[in-house]
Amino acid sequence: MSPDNYLYLAAILFTIGTIGVMIRRNALVAFMSVELMLNAANLVMVAFALARGGLDGQVATFFVMVVAAAEVVVGLSIIITIYRTRRSTSVDAANLLKL
Amino acid sequence: MTITAPTFEWLQLSPVLVVLLAACVGILIEALVPRVWRFLAQVVLFELSILAAFMLLVLSWSQPRNSLGLMAMGAISLDGPSYLMWASLLVFGLLSLLVFAERDLGNGVTAFAASAASVPGSPAEAEATTARHEHTEVFPLALFSLAGMMVFVAANDLITAFIALEVMSLPLYLLSGMARRRRLLSQEAALKYFLLGALSSAFFLFGVALVYGFSGSFELGAINDAIANPVYGRGLLYTGMAFLAIGLLFKIGAVPFHNWVPDVYVGAPTPVTGFMAICTKLAAVGATVRVFYVALGAERWSWQPLLAVVAVLTMALGVVVALTQTDIKRLLAYSSISHAGFILVAVVGATAGAQGRVNSFGSIVFYLIAYGFATVAAFAIVTMVRDSTGEAHAISSWAGLGRKNPLLAGIFALLMLSFAGIPLTGGFIGKWAVFSAAWQGGYSWLVIAAVAASLVAAYVYLRVIVLMFFSEPVAGVAVGRASGLTWVPVALGAALSAYLGLFPGPLLDLVTSASTFLR
Repeated sequence: MSPDNYLYLAAILFTIGTIGVMIRRNALVAFMSVELMLNAANLVMVAFALARGGLDGQVATFFVMVVAAAEVVVGLSIIITIYRTRRSTSVDAANLLKL
Repeated sequence: MTITAPTFEWLQLSPVLVVLLAACVGILIEALVPRVWRFLAQVVLFELSILAAFMLLVLSWSQPRNSLGLMAMGAISLDGPSYLMWASLLVFGLLSLLVFAERDLGNGVTAFAASAASVPGSPAEAEATTARHEHTEVFPLALFSLAGMMVFVAANDLITAFIALEVMSLPLYLLSGMARRRRLLSQEAALKYFLLGALSSAFFLFGVALVYGFSGSFELGAINDAIANPVYGRGLLYTGMAFLAIGLLFKIGAVPFHNWVPDVYVGAPTPVTGFMAICTKLAAVGATVRVFYVALGAERWSWQPLLAVVAVLTMALGVVVALTQTDIKRLLAYSSISHAGFILVAVVGATAGAQGRVNSFGSIVFYLIAYGFATVAAFAIVTMVRDSTGEAHAISSWAGLGRKNPLLAGIFALLMLSFAGIPLTGGFIGKWAVFSAAWQGGYSWLVIAAVAASLVAAYVYLRVIVLMFFSEPVAGVAVGRASGLTWVPVALGAALSAYLGLFPGPLLDLVTSASTFLR
């Protein structure tokens, strides 16, 4: 099996995720884009695990999923705190620290 | 079919386990111990656990046999650099956690929000403040982060490194949002740190995936072997390497991935800033050096020039922007960026070192330790200089501090001299070691750029000293009465900054003898 096509798909997903973080102003959407990037990495690992016949890559994706879940807990708690203070989750509204 | 049980080296790995266990016990204390006793219980717990971890570390390191090697089925590489990093992490972790527990400066409460979940300015917040509530969860959070850092510097495979990176970062995102005063700034810092941190770990993970694809293994040693006999084209490796570098350089705070550093350092509660400034930097630098030397050492000709450019940019931006700062925490943040640049100079050098001379890793550890003692003390002092609204962060309000409190201003001046790398301070020996490592590695032009940058940096720090001693005192700013919890880091940091400058020999010998990576 050649992993090429999976790699292209993962690269596209990763790029969409990066662009999403860069240009979307809503913290929740930016955060969702980060999750997309993590899944792109998962896809690469699974594809290469299959191509090379090892299990490491597949096992690694489980670790990544657990980490992503933990990140959601921390991230949402921060975003909700900000939302309750400002009634907005726009990252542009958070500009007190700009010099 | 028989399944062999995995082996686990309990004694050797006990320092990490003790810290992790203490963090879990800390959570239980939050759940089970009555509120009046929680603070005391948490403080005793973190002090005892870190001291116990340090003793176990010394015990396991001094064992004649089995102290070095691959542990936990090859997930952790326990070699001289790991031990050095663990010991420094534990020392600096303990010193900066002491500042977390300071209550005398804030009228009997810590620097952390009474209730982080309450909306700033709301009745709920006022109620929690009146009831003198405190978030004692900060101690277990910091311990989890510390355990993550210890695994991060010793990780022998990239997945362990990724998990450790997250265990280290997630508590820090929360900690930076928990300031008692200026809560909007603090929450904003947490959001920025979280979003950018999550982005950088995604980059790191994608790099891990690509390098895994290239080499077929997550293990650092196997990746190095695969570079010699590749199955796929080099493009995969180079792309993966670039993504790994982005993720790691972000944590170090190197240009162009430094944007979060000033904002987060300013917004986070000052004790947390001190913890991040030294422990996160130690962990990130340790892991970077391990990944680049052990896994990608065979490709050093392709990453050295790029890292050299990053190092120059980091030093230049750090010192130039620090010239214009008006806020002491922001000044220290840019100073920490420039120090990251000086450390990268030695990383680029990548020299094994001639017999009896300091090699790259040894010089990096020495630099980090000297910088760490100065940083711990400097941020502890920032918590002590106060006006009616809390800490006085404007540099102008530090004017004339030398007349109000000559001792404290004198100590701060000594720390600034160490940051600047003036002879007879630890910072000078650190800079000298770092530059000589890069010089031996054949990067003389980089050393010349670094010397130029440190001259400009000296001006930044001397400006603060002149302001403290030769300006009229500002009314309304005073040095708060701190307890020993703040004074111990200040005194130790200052004493060791001077000691390392006068007698660097023993530590230099130690870091040189213990700086060989296990492959």
